[in-house]
Amino acid sequence: MNPSVMVYTEIRNGSIHPVSYELTGKARELADKLNSEVVVVTLFNKLEEKVEDLFSFGADRVIVSQDECFRLFNQEIHTNVMSALILQEQPQIVLAPATTGGRTVLPAVAGTIHTGLTADCTGLDIEEESDLLLQTRPAIGGNIMATIKTPHHRPQMATVRPKTFKIPEKRSASGVVEPFYLNDDMKQTTIEILDYQPLEAGAENIQDKDIIVSGGKGLKRKEGFDLLKQLADILQGGIGASRPTIEAKWMEYPHQVGLSGKVVSPKLYFAIGISGAVQHIAGMETSEIIVSVNKDPDASIFQVSDYAFCGDLYDIVPKMIEQLKEKLAKPVSDKEGESHV
Amino acid sequence: MMKIAVLIKQVPDTDDVKLDPETGTMIREGSGTIINPLDLNAIEAAVQIKRHRKDDCEITVLTMGPPNAQFALREALALGGDEAVLLTDRKFAGADSWATAKVLAEALKKSGKYDLVLAGEKATDGETGQVGPEVAAMLSMPCATYVSAIEHNENNVVVTRTVEDGTEKQRIQFPCLITVLSALNNPSMPTLRGKMNSRRANIVTMTSQDLDIKSEELGLKGSPTRVVKVTTPQKTRKTKRYSGSQIEEGIRELVEEIKTSVLNQ
Repeated sequence: MNPSVMVYTEIRNGSIHPVSYELTGKARELADKLNSEVVVVTLFNKLEEKVEDLFSFGADRVIVSQDECFRLFNQEIHTNVMSALILQEQPQIVLAPATTGGRTVLPAVAGTIHTGLTADCTGLDIEEESDLLLQTRPAIGGNIMATIKTPHHRPQMATVRPKTFKIPEKRSASGVVEPFYLNDDMKQTTIEILDYQPLEAGAENIQDKDIIVSGGKGLKRKEGFDLLKQLADILQGGIGASRPTIEAKWMEYPHQVGLSGKVVSPKLYFAIGISGAVQHIAGMETSEIIVSVNKDPDASIFQVSDYAFCGDLYDIVPKMIEQLKEKLAKPVSDKEGESHV
Repeated sequence: MMKIAVLIKQVPDTDDVKLDPETGTMIREGSGTIINPLDLNAIEAAVQIKRHRKDDCEITVLTMGPPNAQFALREALALGGDEAVLLTDRKFAGADSWATAKVLAEALKKSGKYDLVLAGEKATDGETGQVGPEVAAMLSMPCATYVSAIEHNENNVVVTRTVEDGTEKQRIQFPCLITVLSALNNPSMPTLRGKMNSRRANIVTMTSQDLDIKSEELGLKGSPTRVVKVTTPQKTRKTKRYSGSQIEEGIRELVEEIKTSVLNQ
């Protein structure tokens, strides 16, 4: 068997984050081309799901490290454990989520064990003649795609944003769950975790939303976001905002979409009164459907839109709200099972 | 005296950059360079700590880049930095995040014993966010990323990390490295005195000869990753434009698509 493809899973608040299944599925595809196996690493204190679920998404082996020290995230311990596991398992590839966790731990691992790491890959494949991992990522604000290789260092490591790859179909499969016990060196840390505060009720991470309604300076005033909230509420969507509106304090930072805020990729994205600075477009252009409303017929945002409405947003958005209220079969908010994260 | 290092990067001014309507690519000509915006928040954090300590603190700003990156350093000095180190050498060219971090880590070792190293969470051009944590790992320092608040004490900092589903508070002993978000503070403008001083300030230049790095670990040659292909993605969206009297029809089409393909009704 050739060296493995390893996946670092994201466990959030005692639950396996879906990106872990997405990466396990992608790792399966790569491992099949390489005639190797998929090793999935899970570090947790308590877990809602069964780790055996990971087999049905493509894992051959699941390494489980269950320890009180994983109750709250400590990047130093995660780095120690991942570095130790990589030395033990000698995988040829490591995939990790491009979340605040993965984007903290993996660079630290890369610096520790001296190998390459490619951030935010949108495509991963194996080059046939060399069996090397081809890592594709957007560069310079998403206008260029760069394909990157790690020719000589091992493992070849990449982070991938949530929702980049589809969760594979579940299949019936079984495999080996292997415990991994931490030694005192791995638990050695100078970081003391004092507190964790979940987002307030009602506040939500817009990166988890299927629909986002974003506003820009074209709203002209802070209260413009009230109109966008009406639109978002009908669709059970989240609110996004451009950087200038955050700087003007019309909206809070967690809502900022763009290079200096959050990168989002929902099914439906509304850019309302947003002209489309490169820094904003890079944060939303991978959305499935993009709808923009702008007064300026030359606004850059129209170039990346599926639906481009040129006109006064205070005229167009109320019409959208009215049509949606009339045509939607039932309020989306009646759907069950989506109440919290 | 407390010693703080701030790692900065000179980047193209993306607010200046326009998209080519034909190809959808960036028109970079004529756009200026700026200090990476999040690095300004890192500088401001250092300045605030220094003020809080009644100047019992020294701030060194470091950057790796071409010789003209000295302008970014001068601006950082005008904003309140005390010393500046420019890491410049043709052999550094083409460095990926690992090879960049290697140069910065070795320069930090050479230039002083720092209690705290600050940097922006990521740069607006490369957007990897990897260099900070990689530098920390190379120096065996703990590292906190995505920091939106810093409370500083004699021997440690208490930081707030803004993560996807909430905030984490961590106490980290010195020496440590912190990468910051724009929510941390509002960067101040340079003062006139700062500007005057920065023009006269001496910038220390270091090349590969000043650093203990093997030549095979420098620049492109020392980069574990290689860009093997660059493509300009085809614009795949067929933009449907509506204005004036077409808007109502456009909304009807949009609502229909939302119903069927987004909400599956």
